[in-house]
Amino acid sequence: MLSPTMVVLALVVFYPLVAALRESFYESGQRLDADGFVVEGEWFAGLANYAGVAQQRFMNAALNTTLFTVVTVALEVVLGVAMALIMQRAFRGRALLRAGILIPWAVPTAVAGLMWKWIFQADGVANALLGTEILWTADGAWAKLAVIVADTWKTAPFVGLLVLAGLQIIPADVYEAARVDGATPRQTFWRVTLPLVRPALLVAVLFRLMDALRVFDLPYVLVGPRKQSVETLSGLIWDEATRVHYGPASAYGTALFGYIAVIAFVFVKLLGADLLGDVRARRREGSARVA
Amino acid sequence: MIGIALYCLVPFYWMVVSSFRRTADIYDKSPFPSPWSLESYEAVFAADMGFGQSLVNSLVVAGVTTAVTLLVGTLAAYALARLEFRAKNVVLALVIAVSMFPGALLIVPLLKLFTAIGWINTYQAMIVPSMSFALPLTIWNLTTFFRQLPYELEQAAMIDGCTAFAAFRRVMVPLAAPGIFTTAILAFIATWNEFIIAVTMINDQARQTATVRIAQFTGAAKFDTPFGTQMAAGVLVTIPLVLLVLFFQRRIVAGLTAGALK
Repeated sequence: MLSPTMVVLALVVFYPLVAALRESFYESGQRLDADGFVVEGEWFAGLANYAGVAQQRFMNAALNTTLFTVVTVALEVVLGVAMALIMQRAFRGRALLRAGILIPWAVPTAVAGLMWKWIFQADGVANALLGTEILWTADGAWAKLAVIVADTWKTAPFVGLLVLAGLQIIPADVYEAARVDGATPRQTFWRVTLPLVRPALLVAVLFRLMDALRVFDLPYVLVGPRKQSVETLSGLIWDEATRVHYGPASAYGTALFGYIAVIAFVFVKLLGADLLGDVRARRREGSARVA
Repeated sequence: MIGIALYCLVPFYWMVVSSFRRTADIYDKSPFPSPWSLESYEAVFAADMGFGQSLVNSLVVAGVTTAVTLLVGTLAAYALARLEFRAKNVVLALVIAVSMFPGALLIVPLLKLFTAIGWINTYQAMIVPSMSFALPLTIWNLTTFFRQLPYELEQAAMIDGCTAFAAFRRVMVPLAAPGIFTTAILAFIATWNEFIIAVTMINDQARQTATVRIAQFTGAAKFDTPFGTQMAAGVLVTIPLVLLVLFFQRRIVAGLTAGALK
């Protein structure tokens, strides 16, 4: 029953992964052969494609991606936890609130990008409200902020929903015990709520990290392709690929893949966001039930 | 609480309001459009914009991807939830790893492959790669869902003479219908919002999906961005999703959190 899945994954994920790896060591185009004839084709290039990794444009994109990831994920976690705590207390209008909170999540990223581009226009509503004349969507430091604001708007509610689901499975007697022991609300939050909601929060953060590291469409639409201040690694790879620089594009892609894999590995190891551990535990439960 | 609602809705509201302004007063800052106007919406559907066609394209791509993904994913999820086999954990780990895969890495080999087999500017060039993220999502959600169904049901079916597959098809699939439906919504929304594959594989306007199309709207002059038209198009692209959210919010939240909570 798994074979159709395996076929699909092999075609759309593993084949491209292997092909990209191979491609990253090859160069294509024209060159002169030993007799001075022009030949066209592909040839082994060793690590030549990876040379670009040390260059300014790649480093800039890597820095942009990292900065974007760190800032947005941090903001989203703080806002998301705050939203979840508020939503948990709300009884009236909860359904309405839940529908409202899903809207930023449902808006396509490309549309969200356009929407914020409009809000951040030179004579748009953001400048009017702030009383400033900032060119948000031109290439520059403000553009970074615009992208961060737009992404936080779109995904903080999603983090909030995941955390809320985590909050709702905390039994009420834990809070009661904390109250009986005379814990202040602040102590209750740091010593009771946060440790108990940690598993849900870590999974949410892991999802967000992986998403933020490969971000492409938001800066593409909001500011534009090939803009130095907001070019992400995915943006750089896309640009190289569409200009038929397959070798460097693959090399950068492999580098991004490695980067994401390392971050995910470190995150899982250090913080114990044990995705598979839960699977294993559930499996034990499952087999115990069968037995 | 009101703060949260405002935070979520105000930027969206501004897009809706702006879409109903006349082009002449698009830069107005009043909270309501005055006068109301459908000018931008008329502009969106002008023949040369190709927007209607792009909505159809999005519908085809998202619809077919969702259907195929569900077909393949339901089988895999059932196997992962019920059958015992040695590589099960490996498969689950693989599914999670794939869902974190950067789309940018896929585009180079797939672009080369699709160029070679003449798939550029076709629907399947978007549908097949879209399964790389829709399928893990589907399997992950449905595995959680199948696990919640009691074992006794299939056992009863098999005692009554069903084969294992018939028990799956006749008993489990109908019972899992709510979960399958929820997963379908999530997969549909994810594919509808897809961007990097659609923008890479398609350069023919007649085949572009709506998300790509609106990002490339241009005005009469080269540097004149038609914001009213873009906002109107943005509203139109988002409406199907907002309707899904309003009708099925409880299910969507359940589906989104299923993967995170176990």
